[in-house]
Amino acid sequence: MAGRRFMEQALSDWMRGTGPDSDIVISSRIRVARNLSGLPFPLLATNQQSAEVHTHLTAVVDEPEFAAINHFQKFSLVEMNDTEKQVLVEKHLISPSLANESRNGVVILSDDESISIMINEEDHLRIQCLYPGLQIREAWEQASRIDDVFESHVDYAFDEKRGYLTSCPTNVGTGIRASVMMHLPALVMTQQINRILQAVTQVGLAVRGIYGEGSEAIGNLFQISNQITLGQSETEIIDNLYSVVKQIIEHEKAARELLLTDSRTRLTDRVCRSYGIMKHAAIMDSKEAAQRLSDIRLGSDLNILNHIHSSELNELLVMTQPGFLQHIYNKSLPTDERDVYRARLIRETLSKSKSKS
Amino acid sequence: MICQQCSQKPATLHFTKIINGQKTEFHICESCAREKGEWIPGTSNGFSIHNLLSGLLDFDLSGGDSGTSGTAHANKPQATRCENCGLTYSQFSKLGRFGCDECYSFFGDRLDPLLKRVHGNTVHIGKIPKRGGGRIQRKRELEDLKKQLQLSIMNEEFEQAAKLRDRIRDLEKNPPGAAEHNG
Repeated sequence: MAGRRFMEQALSDWMRGTGPDSDIVISSRIRVARNLSGLPFPLLATNQQSAEVHTHLTAVVDEPEFAAINHFQKFSLVEMNDTEKQVLVEKHLISPSLANESRNGVVILSDDESISIMINEEDHLRIQCLYPGLQIREAWEQASRIDDVFESHVDYAFDEKRGYLTSCPTNVGTGIRASVMMHLPALVMTQQINRILQAVTQVGLAVRGIYGEGSEAIGNLFQISNQITLGQSETEIIDNLYSVVKQIIEHEKAARELLLTDSRTRLTDRVCRSYGIMKHAAIMDSKEAAQRLSDIRLGSDLNILNHIHSSELNELLVMTQPGFLQHIYNKSLPTDERDVYRARLIRETLSKSKSKS
Repeated sequence: MICQQCSQKPATLHFTKIINGQKTEFHICESCAREKGEWIPGTSNGFSIHNLLSGLLDFDLSGGDSGTSGTAHANKPQATRCENCGLTYSQFSKLGRFGCDECYSFFGDRLDPLLKRVHGNTVHIGKIPKRGGGRIQRKRELEDLKKQLQLSIMNEEFEQAAKLRDRIRDLEKNPPGAAEHNG
């Protein structure tokens, strides 16, 4: 288990960078779904067949073309313990389905964790590329490059009429899911969020909360993604998402301005109150932590708090998740005890960041 | 013998599938078989070996060209079962997942309303595999020509058939982009 980089840091290296509009867009992600022709999808594959998929695809990663892209490491899911799996899910590097349901499942991670290649998830192959800020096109270019390398070594399940064939009909065609994680506190505070999100769903995009159950968005974090994969080209899908996200950014910015001019004191009070509670609380559940982190992030973006970096907040967001928390303190924690450790971790992290300034 | 699925318990169920002359064997324990029961035909109300067997039997029959499967061939585009992996259309609609890439061609146009509902479209626009793309196109064309050939023979249009035969020969001998042809 030693040398498992992904366990050491809550924050992937790629998250330390910033990208365009990173005050509102936390990250951009592309996920490409592909299958090998001639082998049943993982749902119906026998052990033998999923092992075959595993062999074919992991072999491609050893090809020299891959070394030109990044340095990669392979991890078999069966060799991981539950905490390791949970940490990878919390870092968005693998899906819960790969963690819990896969047979002969493998994840291949680039050193900076910006690229994650999943084998034997719902589809034989899933390529995921993550970029900080609004860099959805860049993420697609990278994913497409990796896709090309795989395609030059294996035969994909492809049909002229339906495109890339996937296990779920919602992914068929291009097989791509482009998504952008946005922090939209001002739109929530000014109660414009529902109106905007409704409009978003009308143009073929889906909105989900991050870490929340169902539609509830914890910490004012929203994930906007394309729903349509068939009958639109990759470029159309990405351009459509990009232009909608750009408009949401403008609305969020306007709402932030409005809050600053109309109710600066109340906003400052809210931000500083959250900061105070996070610095001193002895019990903190994950929902409250996410909400307070959102307030602090907004305060930092608007220079109400000016000694906190967004990377520290991103780090806290991951570190305060149950899996990582238990990993840091190296023991399994029941929920109420977790809240105590979470509060401690937050206190320690925030007081460190103060001494930096 | 140990179960191929869990590699723990002894395998008590042994299956041999023969699809298009390709023989595959699998050996599993009962609890894994029960788990698989979720997608094995007719097992929604509990698992029985009989159901499992009849499920397998069904798709063996449709794989070979004998008995009841004669009709299955005739209405292939509307087939209710994928002959490659055995998934039925009703299982597909329950699971919401396809079993293999060939499900798409077996279920054929039947998928159009569903895809239309999900995507608003039924036809792919966008990236095409560089390597496989040409070959797929060629394969499609060959299949088409062969169907036409059958038809013209049936209609006794032998002149037309000869032309088609030559075209098929040409295509098989000198495929466009022959460099990537791997027999």
